[in-house]
Amino acid sequence: MAQRLEAREILSSEEMARSLARISHEILERNSRVERVALVGIYTRGVPMAERIAGAIKEFQGEDVAVGALDIGLYRDDISGGVRPTMRPTHLPVNIQGKSVILVDDVLYTGRTIRAAMDALNDFGRPRDIQVAVLVDRGHRELPIKAEYVGKNVPTSADEQVKVRVVEVDGVDQVVILRRDEQ
Amino acid sequence: MKPLLIRGGRVVDPAQGIDKIADLLLQDGLVRGIHQRIDPPDDAEVIDASGSTVCPGFVDLHCHLREPGYEDKETIATGTRAAARGGFTTVCAMPNTNPVVDSPALVEFVLRKASDEGSVRVLSIGCVTKGSNGEELAEMGELAQAGVVGFSDDGNPVVDSNIMRQALSYSSAQGLPVINHCEVPELFQGGSMHEGWISNRLGIQGIPASAEEIMVSRDIALAELTGGRLHVAHISTAGTLELVRQAKDKGLAVTCEVTPHHLTLSDATVMGVRDGGSPFDPLTSSAYDTHAKVSPPLRGLADVAALVQGLRDGVIDLIATDHAPHNRVDKLCTIDEAAFGISVLETALGSVMSLVHSGEIALPWLIDRMTAAPARFLGRSDLGTLREGAAADVTIFDPDAEWTVDADGFASRGKNTPLDGMTLKGRVVATIFGGEVVFSASP
Amino acid sequence: MTQVRSEPIQSVLGGRRAVVASSPDLSEVPERPEGRRHILDLDDFSPAEILGVMQNADVMKEVLHRDIKKVPTLRGKTVITLFYEASTRTRVSFEQAGKILSADVINVAGDGSSVEKGESLHNTALTLQAMNADIIVIRHPHSGAPHFLARNLDSCVINAGDGQHAHPTQALLDLYTIQSHRGQIDGLKVVIVGDILYSRVARSNLWGLTKMGAQVVLCAPPTLIPPDFLNSSRQVEGHPFASVQIETNVERALEGADVVMALRLQLERQRAGRLPTLREYSRMYGITPKRLELAKPEVLVMHPGPMNEGIEIDPEVAHGARSVIEEQVTNGVAIRMALLYTVLTPRRGGSFPLP
Repeated sequence: MAQRLEAREILSSEEMARSLARISHEILERNSRVERVALVGIYTRGVPMAERIAGAIKEFQGEDVAVGALDIGLYRDDISGGVRPTMRPTHLPVNIQGKSVILVDDVLYTGRTIRAAMDALNDFGRPRDIQVAVLVDRGHRELPIKAEYVGKNVPTSADEQVKVRVVEVDGVDQVVILRRDEQ
Repeated sequence: MKPLLIRGGRVVDPAQGIDKIADLLLQDGLVRGIHQRIDPPDDAEVIDASGSTVCPGFVDLHCHLREPGYEDKETIATGTRAAARGGFTTVCAMPNTNPVVDSPALVEFVLRKASDEGSVRVLSIGCVTKGSNGEELAEMGELAQAGVVGFSDDGNPVVDSNIMRQALSYSSAQGLPVINHCEVPELFQGGSMHEGWISNRLGIQGIPASAEEIMVSRDIALAELTGGRLHVAHISTAGTLELVRQAKDKGLAVTCEVTPHHLTLSDATVMGVRDGGSPFDPLTSSAYDTHAKVSPPLRGLADVAALVQGLRDGVIDLIATDHAPHNRVDKLCTIDEAAFGISVLETALGSVMSLVHSGEIALPWLIDRMTAAPARFLGRSDLGTLREGAAADVTIFDPDAEWTVDADGFASRGKNTPLDGMTLKGRVVATIFGGEVVFSASP
Repeated sequence: MTQVRSEPIQSVLGGRRAVVASSPDLSEVPERPEGRRHILDLDDFSPAEILGVMQNADVMKEVLHRDIKKVPTLRGKTVITLFYEASTRTRVSFEQAGKILSADVINVAGDGSSVEKGESLHNTALTLQAMNADIIVIRHPHSGAPHFLARNLDSCVINAGDGQHAHPTQALLDLYTIQSHRGQIDGLKVVIVGDILYSRVARSNLWGLTKMGAQVVLCAPPTLIPPDFLNSSRQVEGHPFASVQIETNVERALEGADVVMALRLQLERQRAGRLPTLREYSRMYGITPKRLELAKPEVLVMHPGPMNEGIEIDPEVAHGARSVIEEQVTNGVAIRMALLYTVLTPRRGGSFPLP
């Protein structure tokens, strides 16, 4: 039986930019001391997103915020028996001890990625607290994890895929939802 | 025994130059005649052979039946059943059993056991040296009186040049050939396959072609020196072929044989390469196929091509199987540890028929090399032919039938074949030995 | 409206930046889409896959620099090292790699175990199968032993050296060491000097180096070069080693070399009649400071170990400024971690997810 994927845009480039700007403001509201914040993007698309948020904060506040990149490949529990992706080196900006670490990712789904990211962070130090920023929260959590900063809540079903595309990786800013269309 | 009428097959009898659609009548264990149309005698059984080839039963000059001593690998009973399934009605058993066949008593044992339990005719080959250890001549005269058809220390070469000289000389009194497994130990020991690109990439110690050619060259010189009959077993290289060709041009009593596997498989088989693969492809887990380990080793493609040419132009006298059955554990190991040898009897026809299908060898010529030629070599006018009065040994095969090799289904105890799972074209339909059907394929 | 931050992000190591072989970028390195089950040799690795392993090794190297060297990646997985040949370096390297990744590592060695009591490889394999090993790391004196296991077992098989055939993890760590120093392998002149004929390290490096675009020169007396490399058989279309040069004169071989890899000379080669004396070999082929001057000034000196100092390599060279031999050992752990991470271990229940 032939299958094809039907794509529907749920965030345009402008909407994505507005969402990230709003998230940046919310981060500033909640964390009064920017020097105590570290933005840590989760590979792949969380990394440019974290950098963009840092850029926005610099623009709004005139202050630099530490930005890092985290690969969770060594901590994943959901690919036993599957193909393991190539990892990228983790770079944390500063000692995260005592910092408020904001994990940045594109989509929040089961929560397993965030769980793995928290395990990874613990191996580098003990942050003051850990917050989560995502562009899309699509529901279906399998772990007690929630995001403090959400660009858009999108109700989805399990046979759908949410695909975030960013200029730095995909050449375009866009969020689409893919549905398997049985024919 | 009821008369047997084989009706409507393509009867090919190279000894008589016959190749025609005809009926063949067998009676009282003998061939009664070939005619366009034979009315069956009242009590005759009739086999419809239309679409099949009917030829003399194949004669194998070189096989290992392993009994006595290695009954885990093969017995005379299982080996001759395998022979029947492969279309062979006469097989010559090599003497490297345990104990080796170096005395008349052992010859008698083999022949008696064969007549009691064998499905086809077994002829015995005796040792060249006592204990097959290459040091002193065996009692070749008495062995000849006991009925051996030749002498060989096969499995091992006769290494000592003087012993080989004496063997060729002494055996000339019996008029029997010395069949030598030609490989120089110094160039052979530690090796498991042909020396070339594939042995290099597999990291397996190679056996150079010269290991064989040096000894063939020596033996030919000794044959010339002594006037003895030299038969070079299982030749594998283009160089050997040239040496034999030159010896024949000189008029020496030198003959040679080739196996089905050396005619159809190359050293790429060890690498697990099958049709369409390249020796430069990445190895897979099917590389290091111990079933392709055989002595002499499967050679390069140029050697294979030369051997086919040598078969076609007659430098190679006959096809012999070198059927070398082993039990599973002998091959369930690394290449270095594995035993040499392939279980050949049941795949021989299917293998060599590929040369007919590719147009390289004519069918009557192929049959000649498996029937009339080895019978002539043995000096047996009653074998390898369908002449009136010859033994009623007949093979019926379908040249175009495709079948998949299933080693587990072999009658032989040796399931060791690199052809397992492969499709061959050409299949034995029935084998008749002494006028009796000893094998019949289920339809 | 948003801007991408332009300053480079700092390493976790804060100043003591780990040697990062492959530049981190955001594009994904293509892997084998179907996953890899065994590591038998480098002949079935693509250049992209080799780069992917190196990139993972970078990540592993960062883990090696942590205070607590432990990540949970292979928790619950069993790695069995099955060594039929003595080898401290490679076995310990695999053991360490497995333990850092939280695997349960069981070492089966030739000493005292059933391996030495004449138990066949097949029977050992069946026992291992019953133990549900996820990954088997095997070293064996016979070429093809890993292929035998791969054929007969459900486990992943990693070849830690088989006979004269292959030693892919050593070759990968050699490639990684070169890449770390030079940023690339393509175009480098790599000279391998010594017992090529019997060397599994040389064979695997030949595949790896040629795939990565190096100009490989093999240097040895003709008796220690595979006969197949001495004749014209490589002049066939598609031959993977067509570009490899054979040179029997070590001075000519070393001229302008970017990398010199010396191989261990086994003492039994003399008895086998392949060499007149070790002394002559050392004089004719040993890597001395004087000879090394023929290479490029930035040449890297490598050796897979263990070394016969004073025979194939002068101690002054082995421990000199151009030597990266010690670093090869550290890189070995990172590469083996990357490989343990990469292989497609069986799902619980023993079967593989792939057809």
